[in-house]
Amino acid sequence: MSASERKDTPEQAEFRAQAREWLENNHPGQPSVRLPLGALELSDPAALDYLQKWQASAYDAGLVGADYSTDCGGGGHADCQSIANQEMQRAKTPFLPNIIGLGMAAPTVYFHGQEEVKQELLPKLLSGEEIWCQGFSEPGAGSDLANQQTFAEKKGDSWVINGHKVWTSLAHFADWMILLCRTDKNDKYNGLSYFVVPIKSALGKGVTVKPLIKMTGETGFNEVIFEDLVIEDKYRLDEVGAGWKVAMTTLAHERGAGMLVTPAAGGMTQKTEKSANTSSPSALIELAKNSYRNGKTAADDPLVRDDIVKMIIRQESFRQNQRRAGVQSLLDHPMRLALQNKLVGTEYNQDLAQLAYDIEGPASSLYLNDEHAPGGGEWPLAYMNSFGVTIAAGANEVQRNILGERVLGMPKSK
Amino acid sequence: MTEQPKNFGFGEDETMLKDSAAKFFADNCSPDKLHGLVAEDPNIHRSIECIWDKQLWQQITELGWTAACVPEEAGGLGMPLVAAVAIAEEAGKAAFPSPLISTMIASFVLKECHSDAATKALGDVASGVPMTLAVTNKQGSWEPGDTDVAAAGTTLNGTAYFVQDAQKCDQFIVSATTPKGVALFLVDANAAGVSITPDGIIDLTRDQAHVEFKNVEAIELAAPGTGEESLASALPAIQTIITADMVGAGEWLLQTTVDYSTTRVQFDRPLGFFQAVKHPLVNVMLEIDRCKSLAYNAACALDVAESQSDRDEAAKFAHMAKANGGEMAAFSSSRAVQFHGGIGFTWECYVHLFFKRQMHNQMLFGDAKYHRAKLADILIGKAA
Repeated sequence: MSASERKDTPEQAEFRAQAREWLENNHPGQPSVRLPLGALELSDPAALDYLQKWQASAYDAGLVGADYSTDCGGGGHADCQSIANQEMQRAKTPFLPNIIGLGMAAPTVYFHGQEEVKQELLPKLLSGEEIWCQGFSEPGAGSDLANQQTFAEKKGDSWVINGHKVWTSLAHFADWMILLCRTDKNDKYNGLSYFVVPIKSALGKGVTVKPLIKMTGETGFNEVIFEDLVIEDKYRLDEVGAGWKVAMTTLAHERGAGMLVTPAAGGMTQKTEKSANTSSPSALIELAKNSYRNGKTAADDPLVRDDIVKMIIRQESFRQNQRRAGVQSLLDHPMRLALQNKLVGTEYNQDLAQLAYDIEGPASSLYLNDEHAPGGGEWPLAYMNSFGVTIAAGANEVQRNILGERVLGMPKSK
Repeated sequence: MTEQPKNFGFGEDETMLKDSAAKFFADNCSPDKLHGLVAEDPNIHRSIECIWDKQLWQQITELGWTAACVPEEAGGLGMPLVAAVAIAEEAGKAAFPSPLISTMIASFVLKECHSDAATKALGDVASGVPMTLAVTNKQGSWEPGDTDVAAAGTTLNGTAYFVQDAQKCDQFIVSATTPKGVALFLVDANAAGVSITPDGIIDLTRDQAHVEFKNVEAIELAAPGTGEESLASALPAIQTIITADMVGAGEWLLQTTVDYSTTRVQFDRPLGFFQAVKHPLVNVMLEIDRCKSLAYNAACALDVAESQSDRDEAAKFAHMAKANGGEMAAFSSSRAVQFHGGIGFTWECYVHLFFKRQMHNQMLFGDAKYHRAKLADILIGKAA
């Protein structure tokens, strides 16, 4: 019995036992297709299909949406999603594909949507039947998120939407989008409103999705263009002009600091000939033992050794920070650790991948398109992709502003 | 591996102890009062003095802080290492000049000696006898067993170096070589043949000395051949306690610098408006939090350790804590002076007290590079 289990409430203990038993009998097994490293990288419909089936079965077993109310398709439990997550990770399952839906759209709709809309949308979101994407960033609204130009105009009982969203992950598969946009051009923050809008059913009828090619050569995200898309007023979340407040609910959950625990599974490794586990320092040690410099392995080089140790210390400290974040009496400020998560995690991954291609030496020049590339070329790929997350969801420079201002109480930089 | 409790073992008692320590230091050791006590005279060439408030020491021993981690059967309260970590963190935040840290450290060595003499000495610690380690050689080696003191029976000859808070302590735990290996001894500071020569040190909140032993009669704590092991077993706890002191001092430096950056105005803005100041201070916070979590983890791992593999794992965590602590101590200090600007460079600004304590903390029981080298051997294997 682990320490976390000893702390289970009776409800959690029963939930855990059922989850564990179900997972023992219902692990989906290895897919026949290659899965990407995470849901945001999904581009193969066959991979999506496999993952959607897995999410649907996990949802039916009560492992997704455990803490949501039953009328919204949830399990109606108290604090059981974290148990489900622990058990799914313990069982080394595949990840859940509807990551934007579960992590951002669901809590936002749940806390700000009308009952009718919640009951219409949340069950299919939680089951993964409908995939969601997020429409926040625009060409002119990146770090300055409130500078939204996409405009929703009230016409009768409906809204007409025009504008241009960018960096929209999963839009190519999405049924729905959470949309932040402008309803008043005269007030930067109070002129924003928040909607859920259809994507797939509106393609060619006011919505266009165009893929963007990343610096890695892969697709993964998109631009989404709205031209006179008409939606019903019931799909507005919260009041007209309350968009910024609603967006804060989304962002708090995105950064792991929200009220509801995001359903999260994972841990399954795919048996492929060459691939690097690009988030693990132990993979770095293996790489160093198989790379050479000065006639010895890189694992014998004192500077390489020191750099690897630094990464392992950072990994352990990140893990222990997350543990301490759950102990209220050990926090100097309630949000101090929660708001560090995104910043610290993404920079750790970036530096880890950078160290890996350092260790590779001349072989770091080899990429996905060379059969001799160490780790199948995934280390330089992971390094390049790491900038996606140090930039996305509020660039890390913005995260530092937030931490300085909200946690340390320093003067606002704007 | 024995599972750790999620809360690092910070139960009600430990949390209350930490809160009461914080309150005690706020009431009795404000930076103002501290500066008046230890930094009144900026002449560094004055004769080396050991300045501390013995009355405060009396009070904290009455509060039971030295007894906290002493086992109940030896007359203590039997609290876990996280209790010592809690006290050390608050002591660091106040840069408290006292033999408290040294005495807590001594108690963790005594706990590894497993002798009647050690149990009796633990009782003395619990009742407030200040005690420190005299286990370091002239080269400043942190390896257990590296000593310039030799024992013939229970008679000691030689010199121990870098002895912390030597002038404040009544008793020394001395490591000495014997023909059968290293042994540990207890020596009274006033015993015949003991001479204490203070070092001129940077840190104004501590004292340090080399202690010479000339035909000194001592009490055996750990038998010949077992002393090295006793010291080695206590090192993870020691490293963790020093890390906690660094965390506390780091937090003081951070909060003080943040306060200054919100009041000091340049270019019509408070300094903290500028991201060139704000972002590095956020980085200081990240380092402190890393270090704090690593220290709590190391302490908790030691507290729950049952098997040898548990203890090895805990020792690894302690190396991580002290390695990260060394970097954090340097970083928090350097940014505090830099962002205080000209005033931060002066003697009258309190920052230097903590800056200097952090410098001292960095080297104590091994700096960041020392512990990373140890970790490299553990995690990667010895280099060819």
